[in-house]
Parts: sequence; C-alpha cells; structure tokens
Amino acid sequence: MAIFINEKTPILIQGFTGRIGTFHAQEMIDYGSNVVGGVTPGKGGTSHLGRPVFNTVKGAVDETGAEASIVFVPPPFAADAIMEAADAGIRYCVCITDGIPAQDMIRVKRYMRRYKKESRMVLTGPNCAGTISPGKAMLGIMPGHIYLPGRVGIVGRSGTLGYEAASQLMALGIGVSTSVGIGGDPINGSSHRDVLEAFENDPDTDAVLMIGEIGGPQEAEAGVFAQEHMKKPVIAYIAGLSAPKGRRMGHAGAIVSAFGESAAEKVEILKGCGVTIAPTPSEMGATVAQVLGQKRKVA
Amino acid sequence: MDIHEYQAKELLSKFGVPIPRGGLAYSPEQATYRASELGGAVVVKAQIHSGARGKAGGVKLCRNEREIEEAAEFMLGRKLVTHQTGPAGKLVSRLYIEEATNIDREIYLGFVMDRGSERIVVVASAAGGMDIEEISATQPDTIIRVTVDPAVGMQQFQARELAFGLGVDPDIVNKIVPAIMGCYRAFRDLDAMMVEINPLVITKEKQVLALDAKMSFDENALFRRPHIAELRDKSQEDPRETYASDRGLSYVGLDGDIGCIVNGAGLAMATLDMIKLAGGEPANFLDIGGGASPERVTKSFKAVLRDKNVRAILVNVFAGINRCDWVAKGVVDAVKELEITMPIVVRLAGTNVEEGRKIIDTSGLTVISAETLAEAAKKAVEAAKKAA
Repeated sequence: MAIFINEKTPILIQGFTGRIGTFHAQEMIDYGSNVVGGVTPGKGGTSHLGRPVFNTVKGAVDETGAEASIVFVPPPFAADAIMEAADAGIRYCVCITDGIPAQDMIRVKRYMRRYKKESRMVLTGPNCAGTISPGKAMLGIMPGHIYLPGRVGIVGRSGTLGYEAASQLMALGIGVSTSVGIGGDPINGSSHRDVLEAFENDPDTDAVLMIGEIGGPQEAEAGVFAQEHMKKPVIAYIAGLSAPKGRRMGHAGAIVSAFGESAAEKVEILKGCGVTIAPTPSEMGATVAQVLGQKRKVA
Repeated sequence: MDIHEYQAKELLSKFGVPIPRGGLAYSPEQATYRASELGGAVVVKAQIHSGARGKAGGVKLCRNEREIEEAAEFMLGRKLVTHQTGPAGKLVSRLYIEEATNIDREIYLGFVMDRGSERIVVVASAAGGMDIEEISATQPDTIIRVTVDPAVGMQQFQARELAFGLGVDPDIVNKIVPAIMGCYRAFRDLDAMMVEINPLVITKEKQVLALDAKMSFDENALFRRPHIAELRDKSQEDPRETYASDRGLSYVGLDGDIGCIVNGAGLAMATLDMIKLAGGEPANFLDIGGGASPERVTKSFKAVLRDKNVRAILVNVFAGINRCDWVAKGVVDAVKELEITMPIVVRLAGTNVEEGRKIIDTSGLTVISAETLAEAAKKAVEAAKKAA
C-alpha cells in the first residue's frame, strides 16, 4: 500500500515545461509514476512529454482526475502554486523548490486551514527531494534505483542523507515502503510527527527510520508521538552533532537557536521516548537491521 | 542576514518606533562633531553584528569631547570580542553616536518566527536589559507572549495586552502600543526573521524609546527586498564564508583542519559528525548543492583551500541525478588545475559508482578513495594527523 503515493496515483507536474520540471518529469515517467499531465500558466492546450499541459491546476484536475502534484515552480511563485493545488482538490503535494520566503510558507499553512482536515491537502516540503514508494511510484528528484521495495518507512529532512540511508538499507537487503522528504525549511508542510502517523497507519510498513537534524521542535514532537501513539519501532539519526550554536548549516531551518534544538539534546529527548538512536550516520542501516531482528524474535 | 543597530533603528523609525536621536561616525573627529550636533552627554556605540557589546567595551557614556575622542579611538579599528562573536571578534569600522537617555525602566521586546506555532510570536518581559536566554533562565515568570494570526495580522488589543502585562502606567501604554505595532509591521513588511528591542526604555521624562535594536532577515526573501539586501556588511562576516557565499556555495567556517566538500546539507552535517566521531576536527561545512558539476567542484576546492588550517580534504558526494564518473572527473580536474598536494579522500556513492572510483584510483594523483562514510572519515582523520 505504502503512504501518500502508489503506482495508480495520477500525478500532475506544476512547472511542467521548465528545464528542471521537464527533466524530472521524464525521470518520474521512466520510473513508472502515473504522470497524467502538467501545469504551466500560458501554455495550456499544448502537449509536453506526450502529456497535456494546462493553464490552471483546477483545469488539469477536472480533465485528468489528478490526485497528487509536484511543484518545480521558482521561489517567488511557489507558495502561490501550492495554494492553487490545495484549492483545486489535489490530495497530496510535494514541493521541491528551495528558497521560499518563510512568511510565504506561513501564509500557505494558514491558507490550508480553510479546508476541513478530511479534505485538506497533505503537503511535504518545500526544499526536499520528494517522496518515493519503491517499485510503485516516484514523486521527487531522487535516484530511484537506490531504493529497494520493502517494509521500512523513511522520513527525513535531507535529500542526500536520505539516499545514504536508503543505500545502506539496500546493502543489507532491507527494502523501503515509502521514503518521504519533509525538507530543510523552518516552516514546512508536514512534520516528522505527521509522517510517523501516516506510517503507523500503513499496514505495509513495519518500522520507521527518522532522519532529523538540528533546529526546530519537530524531532522532539515526533518522539513524544512515537512514545504515546505508535506500536511500530522508530529508529532515528540526528545530524549536526558538531554544529555550532546560532549558525545556519545549509538548510534554512538547520540552526540551533533555542533549548532542545541541538543534536545532542534531541538525541537525549528521543532516547527518553524509547526511540532507538543510530549512533553514527554510517550505522543507520545496521541499526534498523538490528531493531528489525529484535522485532522478529519478539514476534 | 544581520544588520547593524543604526540600520535597524533607521528602518524601525520609519514604522513609527521611537528612537533616540543619533548619527553615524567613521572617525573620532566625526564622532565629536555628531556629539556637538546632538548636544549634552552622548553614548558612543560600536557597530558590530553582535549583542553584549557593553561588556566588551563597545558602548561608552561620554560627557565631553575628550571622552568621546578616547572612546572613538579605542573602538575604531578594534576587533571586539563578545560571547556571540567567537574568539576572532568583529571589526569596528563605524560608530553610532546617540544622545544619552535618563532611564526609568527597561523592557525586553522581541519578535520571532516561531517554528512550533508557525507564526510570528511577540515576546515581552519587564526584566529588560538582560538577554532573553538569561531572562528565561532566571525570571521566566516575567515573560509574556502573544501569537499573531497571519490571516489578519497583529491587532491593537494584543499590543495593549502586552503593555498592561508589563505593568506600565496607563499613559505609557498609549506610547508603547504604537512602538509594538511598528515593530510588527516592520517585521512583516521587510521579511524579517527576528526583531529585538532590548531594552525598550521608559525615560524619567515618560518617553518610550528603543535604546537598542537588532534585526535579522530571511535570506530567501532578499530577492524582493533589495533595499534590505544592500545593508549587508561583509566586514562582519567570516571572510571564508563571504568568499564561498559570493560564489553560490553554502559554507560555514569551523576551527578544525579537515576541509569538507559534500553535496546536500544533511549529508554535509553527517560528514562533519563522522569526522568528529573518528577523532578529527572539521574545518568547515560546505554544501555544493545538488548538481556537483565540475565547475562547482573546482569552486569548492578553492573555497576550502582559503582556510590555511586545512591539512586534508574529504570529498563526499552521493550522486543521484548526476553520475559518479562525472563527479570523479570534476575532482581529478580540480586537483590538477589547482595543483593540490595535500591528501584528499574521496568517497563517492550512487549512480555509476564503480566507474567513478576507477577514475579516482587511476588518476595518478595522491587521492585516496573510500567506499563508506565511516571509512572516508577515518582515512581523512589519519591523513590530517599525519600531515600535522
């Protein structure tokens, strides 16, 4: 089943005809994702990569029945594109764009609250590598071939560190149900906690690897959620043990500015919540294998 | 992006936040001239991107021309070291000369982008003058907060709640409310990430004044705030970081001797962690971005090599969209072009990894290849120790 996307999910590309949108749309199509069309305002009625192009998301949803979208729109216009998707009835949206102003994201989050929870679009990102349900569908910019299909969920802020984790798992023969990038921005669509909840409710996921980093309260919130609401084991790695306080480490959101935001503090909080910590970034896969082994013994 | 106190005050005053009279000076002579314009006692304030300037000798009350000259001579050209600047300190090249104020009460007022509520949150405390960390540690009960609904913005009643919560006289409330609302509008309209007035003072003459002001801005929004982008002062940045950021690289200078070149911020942080765990010290954080094109690899080597403490370099690239053989070629070309002689450890993973490693191993260069993150970190630490 996986979460958020599968082989049937009809997908729209927002920013379809641009250079980046075109490249990644082709990669997604090649992977087997069900790309049904795209949106580029002003190019409606034309065709691109053998799929129809629409002027508006609403028009595209009406014609194609699209349920998911991926946003490759440049930063000044990306927030607008996300809100357009939410309004058009898209159920799941990934925003790849890096560099969206924080106040634009505040507006997006406030706008999405217009919709009741049941009908509200799920947004992941911005500034992420996207989501992949290996062997089924890819809605992102990751190299699809490093993910083995399987039963471990991955949620993480970083793209390449997520690839690192997936390839460590693959080397151990462990597959992934879905890998979700929530992005490196301070204000993002879905939190670690939100994605843990989706994995907990997914019958095809047995355990979750959470890859966090310095800055913000989301890892700690996820730890509390895992402790109070999850039966499935959670394994975590927190990047940035060596990051100095008050310095932004690449990601707009990777900055230690308050108590509980450093990697060491997050590790302690998560341990206290019963989350298994991968001691180093090269042992993410091994730690998952160990936890799965224990789980099998118990079962 | 941070700006100076005098710049923040100038911006805030346009939004109706009351500030003391003052002027900028680049020399002791200008300082005394500014003081004569203001008349009476003045405060000479070193303009650096850091708080806690007072303890470092960067803020001085002066009563006559000689004191002003002395203070200006002491500060200008000096690197002030505070607990926020790090041991290198920050260079003082501008002074702000401000009229002295008769302080009756000091209030803390801060506006932040709160990640928990995903809204702008206003924090105030009657215990102004101390930094907010100190207030939260010693007098948490004095802290009051209001959260702003982004749909409608901050409302007057919220500012009144803060003002009455601070326990100020009703006639002062009417003066504090416009100051709070002004700070909020500046935050919203200029895409700030933080506005801090510490202290906001009530004078013995019952005036409300922002005595100090700090603002920092969302770098992602500078494209639509060109007049804010212009306020950047490169002299306040680590020159290694200025060099890298001017070339589109995300770089943070650290104190160790192992230079790092990594694609992706998360993997870069994890690489630094691995180096530490292997007993080494990273010299920098550097994210070359998704592409890792040969040009960017060369630029990255140049940026890392500007740090004279670097004794070994670790390149860690997880090639997704790009291919390892392409990245490997970029590394080999850069090492040849820049004639790098120090040890370089290269760890490649992802698409076409075998071809990539082959290019590295047969390049004839002193490049050490590694398969895993752990192995790469271990080899880099060993190489740096040997070179030391």
